[in-house]
Amino acid sequence: MSEPKNVDVNVHHITRVEGHGNINVSIRNGAVEKCEWSIPEAPRFFEAMVVGRSWNELHHITSRICGICSIGHTLASLKATEAAMGIQISEQDLKLRKLALHAENLQSHILHLGFLVLPDLMGVGSVIPIASTNLAEVKIVLQLHRTANEMSTLLCGRTTHPQRLIPGGFSKIPSTKELAAMRKKLQDSIPNLQAVAGLFKSLAGNFPAFERETEFIALSDPNGYALYDGQLASTDTGTAPVNEYLAYTNEYVIPQSTAKWAKHNRAAYMVGALARLNLNYNKLSPLAQKVAEMFNLKPICYNPFMNSIAQLVETVHSVEDSIRLINELEAAGLKTQPDYNNTNIKVKAGSGVGAIEVPRGILFHEYTYNDKGVCTKANLIIPTSQNHGNISLDMKALLPQILNKPQKEIELALEMLVRAYDPCISCSTHVAKIDLI
Amino acid sequence: MKPKVAFFDFAGCEGDQLQIANLEEDLLDLLGQVEVVTFREVMKEQSDNYDIAFVEGSCTRLQDEDRLKQIRKNAKLVVAIGSCAAIGGINSLRNYKDLDSVKKMVYGENARLFDSYAARPIDAVIPVDAYVYGCPIDREDFLQVVKSLLLGKKPETATYPVCVECKKNENVCAFERGQFCVGTVTRAGCNSCCVNEGTICWGCRGLIDNPNENSQKEVLIKYGLTIDDAISKFRLYFGWQEAKR
Repeated sequence: MSEPKNVDVNVHHITRVEGHGNINVSIRNGAVEKCEWSIPEAPRFFEAMVVGRSWNELHHITSRICGICSIGHTLASLKATEAAMGIQISEQDLKLRKLALHAENLQSHILHLGFLVLPDLMGVGSVIPIASTNLAEVKIVLQLHRTANEMSTLLCGRTTHPQRLIPGGFSKIPSTKELAAMRKKLQDSIPNLQAVAGLFKSLAGNFPAFERETEFIALSDPNGYALYDGQLASTDTGTAPVNEYLAYTNEYVIPQSTAKWAKHNRAAYMVGALARLNLNYNKLSPLAQKVAEMFNLKPICYNPFMNSIAQLVETVHSVEDSIRLINELEAAGLKTQPDYNNTNIKVKAGSGVGAIEVPRGILFHEYTYNDKGVCTKANLIIPTSQNHGNISLDMKALLPQILNKPQKEIELALEMLVRAYDPCISCSTHVAKIDLI
Repeated sequence: MKPKVAFFDFAGCEGDQLQIANLEEDLLDLLGQVEVVTFREVMKEQSDNYDIAFVEGSCTRLQDEDRLKQIRKNAKLVVAIGSCAAIGGINSLRNYKDLDSVKKMVYGENARLFDSYAARPIDAVIPVDAYVYGCPIDREDFLQVVKSLLLGKKPETATYPVCVECKKNENVCAFERGQFCVGTVTRAGCNSCCVNEGTICWGCRGLIDNPNENSQKEVLIKYGLTIDDAISKFRLYFGWQEAKR
């Protein structure tokens, strides 16, 4: 196909209102004139909705921001409330929360890799045809996903919108026996993960070899691969305490997006699995590092398409680290707690920040409470919002490199780019409706 | 011929469609019974030719109404899935705020760019044939509703409160534990899952059709609680239902 000289892009998003983005591309005489990434999703106003609500409800309400990272939102919310009121949680509860976060990381990453990325790599529209051509592989993905879901249920009460996670700890915890059974399932899942890694390795040639230098931001911790806790870290500027997050996120509103955008040291930055891997590679579990080596993935990787592979590496890390955490809980002897555990919290006025790494990147909740424990102010910064600016710049850099390709390939490459960021489950599939005329 | 089904979402967290993806092996079985023609969470293809539409999320803007009406026109059956679509859900918390100031709080001086009105369930805009309640929906519950619809039956909905299920489960009453629970007036069908997990019922399945107001007052008096306590808790999920009453 010859090079398109004049190309207009019409965006149709009428059939999909919430949870997706659009791409506007305009090409004149073979040159990119316009390349715009916009977010038309229905605004939901959570920051305002929680004002006036009580300290023991905020984690429940903010969980509803996102079905797929509801555990992450709940944990960020609890951390912010606990920071505001000076509440300490026990070492045991900390480990159980880290397990809950691993469960979500597994759940989310496996869904993204198996259901959303794999169809692109295999040249089909969904996982449904793959279930007929490669049933064995699909069953492996489903089994891994089920294990992740069972782990979420074990720690949180159910897979989405956790029940057991409450300020100060847990309303209910798993038994030693249940944890040991989960460890067995995690151990058994390692060969399955290796099979999935092999499958992706065989298809990795389908990821575009595209690079663009940018800034990566994630939590970082000298004691381990930072997910639940850590300092703010940037590949450009080093580390800072999480309370300084506003100096990093610098949110701004743009007309074409109901989601806010963010920038720090450059015009945009990236958060997510690739940012974490770029900043904390040495803290990955041994097998996770091996999987990274299979794909020659090492810091600093500037190919955003490799975010999916970074997620694959993280699934292996989450499995190995979960086994370690269960071993430690077992060795220390699991302390029982009363049924309907009530954590007896002394309510006081204050402000607190909760920062946590969720599947799509760093998430911040900040609350201010009055002396009755009623929220008077809230600020929430979502990973996907932080990535919008970077997605937009990647598109602008990628498009000139693929202008001579057939229209379908241009479309697919741009969609794959957006999907690589795993912006949110609803927008990851058919996120970008592009019509090149 | 297999019935064609489609999934749609409005303002919500996509957590209900996620429960369908989470059916795992059962999803493969379900795919043997129906043909999924539109489901953005898992597929790229889409079509306007479908028999059953499953809709998640609340209607929060005028522009959503046109899309809902189109879905109604295309589908033989419309099913609301999850609290946001079925009862308005947690989104209706914002209905108690002055929306202009809410928009200013979130978007600052750019607030005028974003059109939005009071969050409402989809049956405030179009007729709905069946409901799957809950935040999120229960996967089994969803399958039961689908089975009923495929057999041409109207799905059964509990008309009694969560309290009944909770007593059967022999949970210690949340009020006895010093907490406020909405299970006295919330539609059952969840098997009191949140209380079973050690917490309270938050009301996510919505107000039952005929709540016993006198016995609710007795509960408040017995445990030294106020009407304001009750209203505050009810507003987490019942906002739209309260406005209608």
